Amino acid sequence: MHQVISNDILAPNLHRIVVHAPRVAVARKPGQFVIVHAESGDERIPLTIGDADPAAGNITLFVQAVGVSTRKIVSIKAGGFIRDVAGPLGKPTHFGDWERVACVGGGVGTAVLYPLVKALSELGKHITTIIGGRSSQYIILADELAALSEKLLITTEDGTLGRKGFVTAELSDLINDPLRTPQAVFAVGPVPMMRAVAELTRPYGIETIVSLNPIMIDGTGMCGGCRVMVGGEMKFACVDGPEFNGHMVDFAGLSDRLTTYRDQEAQPPHPKSECRLGSKSAK
Amino acid sequence: MSNKLTPKERLAIDRVKMPERDPDARSRTFEEVNQGLPFEEAMREAQRCLQCKNRQCVNGCPVAVSIPEFIDALAEGDLLKAAGILQRDNALPAICGRVCPQETQCEALCVRKAKGEPVAIGYLERFVADWAMAHEAELAREPLPAPTGKKVAIVGSGPAGLTAAGALARKGHGVTIFEALHDTGGVLRYGIPEFRLPNNIIDMEVARLLAVGVTIECNVIIGKTLTLEQLLEEFDAVFIANGAGLPVMLNIPGENLKGVYSANEYLTRVNLMEAGRNPSAATPIIRGSSVAVIGGGNTAMDCVRVARRLGAKRAMIIYRRSEIEMPARIEEIKHAKEEGVEFIMLTALTGISGSDSGWVTSLHCQKMELGSADESGRRKPIPIAGSEYDIEADIVVNAVGTRANPLLTSTAPDLALNRRGNITIDDHGATSIRGVFAGGDIVRGGATVILAMGDGKEAAKAIHDYLTGKEPEHDANSGEEWSDDKLVMGGDN
Repeated sequence: MHQVISNDILAPNLHRIVVHAPRVAVARKPGQFVIVHAESGDERIPLTIGDADPAAGNITLFVQAVGVSTRKIVSIKAGGFIRDVAGPLGKPTHFGDWERVACVGGGVGTAVLYPLVKALSELGKHITTIIGGRSSQYIILADELAALSEKLLITTEDGTLGRKGFVTAELSDLINDPLRTPQAVFAVGPVPMMRAVAELTRPYGIETIVSLNPIMIDGTGMCGGCRVMVGGEMKFACVDGPEFNGHMVDFAGLSDRLTTYRDQEAQPPHPKSECRLGSKSAK
Repeated sequence: MSNKLTPKERLAIDRVKMPERDPDARSRTFEEVNQGLPFEEAMREAQRCLQCKNRQCVNGCPVAVSIPEFIDALAEGDLLKAAGILQRDNALPAICGRVCPQETQCEALCVRKAKGEPVAIGYLERFVADWAMAHEAELAREPLPAPTGKKVAIVGSGPAGLTAAGALARKGHGVTIFEALHDTGGVLRYGIPEFRLPNNIIDMEVARLLAVGVTIECNVIIGKTLTLEQLLEEFDAVFIANGAGLPVMLNIPGENLKGVYSANEYLTRVNLMEAGRNPSAATPIIRGSSVAVIGGGNTAMDCVRVARRLGAKRAMIIYRRSEIEMPARIEEIKHAKEEGVEFIMLTALTGISGSDSGWVTSLHCQKMELGSADESGRRKPIPIAGSEYDIEADIVVNAVGTRANPLLTSTAPDLALNRRGNITIDDHGATSIRGVFAGGDIVRGGATVILAMGDGKEAAKAIHDYLTGKEPEHDANSGEEWSDDKLVMGGDN
């Protein structure tokens, strides 16, 4: 049993949960995730480890309530308990020999981006962070990311905060500025956003890393449910990923497999901009 | 020895039949199919045993259960004695009595098989083990030796890990099992459905281990949460028994369509996570009205019988050889047939087609014929030209097999592996790293529960010798409690 230390609402249906998981807190590296299982019979939900405090034995998770199991997780208040937290899983992020890096987050993908930005900042990289959402209320972690980045750019689809439009517009401007062109781009968010980013950077040959979260069960390579084609090869996101070269990922196949259990969800579908991907929910 | 019946009288008794749930009724529920023998019938069956001096049946048992001895006690009606013998020799008798392939092990070597049917050793094992569970309080509490102060880490709480844990704890060593999933039992729980092995049986066997001081920590993935190196800093020895948790994929077009499952995913959703069988479980599963399971092993039988229970009107086994070559137990094949499963033999899957929305619609198949025997000793399937045809289905379950999961081994560079990624060991389970032992499917590839248990028992002996300063001997030195007898068997596919 893992005690919930705090549980805050960051945006509609998006919670920041700090949970006691001492072994994970010590072992985790940026880019890794845990499997969270609220109680018997529930789904095992993969969630990116947002941050960790090894001394206190706590980890931070960003959880988007999109299905029965994730709604149960976010309903556990501080002092309550989560039955199982297993990890850290997946490969840690590989940080290349770059100077200038752009980090692009869409919706709850911004939460997944946070530990990457933090690690890049600690490595002394020049970081431009671009985050976007449907509306201002879905823009999360702006202050935290601004503090870690040289520049933080915000876009919203309705123009209620930052530039009106999509993150790709800001990224395009950045790429086209010879002084600021990034040598690498991290993109985390809904599949269409990651695909758009990958297509934008492809002609420039800019290394583009995306973080995937397909349907997952065990997180250890046992079930193959998270399989995704990367460069024509079958990969298991849980053990070979979750980060892959965005120029090689079969996004169409990924999107399609993510709809497997859509009709089984008891609740109506979530708003479009609240991406299930970013929460690494297996829904 | 019982002298009540003469050999002639014993020979006159017919083999007992296992009471089973009605096939129509059971094919819609997860209730256990085999009901277990009533006491009178178990005792009568025990009296069929001729109590041979030359105990061939014991040679057929990978954990060397004292079969004639426990059967003799049962024939006398001395259940306490029978239970004592069985639990001494076998860490998980209620599980073995249900899932062991007795027909190819102990019962295959039973003298009575020469002129009729062998003694139903498996049924009797189950009877005595179940009786022991129901009469826990009456059984003599095991005297535990004083703690040795030595600590052993076991990776995986499947059959190999549980067996080794019990044996080592009973030698006074401090044992901690690390389990990657959120519940115990490994393949016993996530792989074997409840209609074959109810979860409460696993729970009770695990409880017996906890009672002798074994600690089990779930959600710890060795290779991720902790490394092998870290375990060696904290423990005096390590036993790796993390199974063969990596599905062998089909590598055919359409494998990524929605509705294509690996057996591991399909069974884990239903067995471990209760999808489709517990209305309050949130884990989803696609039920399907026409389900095709690829493969001919016990795992394939488990999947196809689960599919029936999830409501499939048509549940099919598709296997590229013929029924004789199927590695599944005869009982599983029989049960599957009784439950309305179709067996489509000599048929290979070459591709899967889907709808515009990405769901499985049909299987592309090719008829096969059998050629000469291959290295496994089974006749090799050869495609028949021009025999291609389609089978409609909405769910495909790939049960062709599993191989070694590299999660742990890839983080332990000094651990010697074979070219298939399995850990290599000596005759006693020792790996290339001093103090590290291994057994079960991570060594063998996909094998059986009882072979994993045999490995656990063997490794526990070697670990005990290692911890007490006796270097493992490489000749056969089986003692009263430990045995080197092992059967070598093929995999599951």
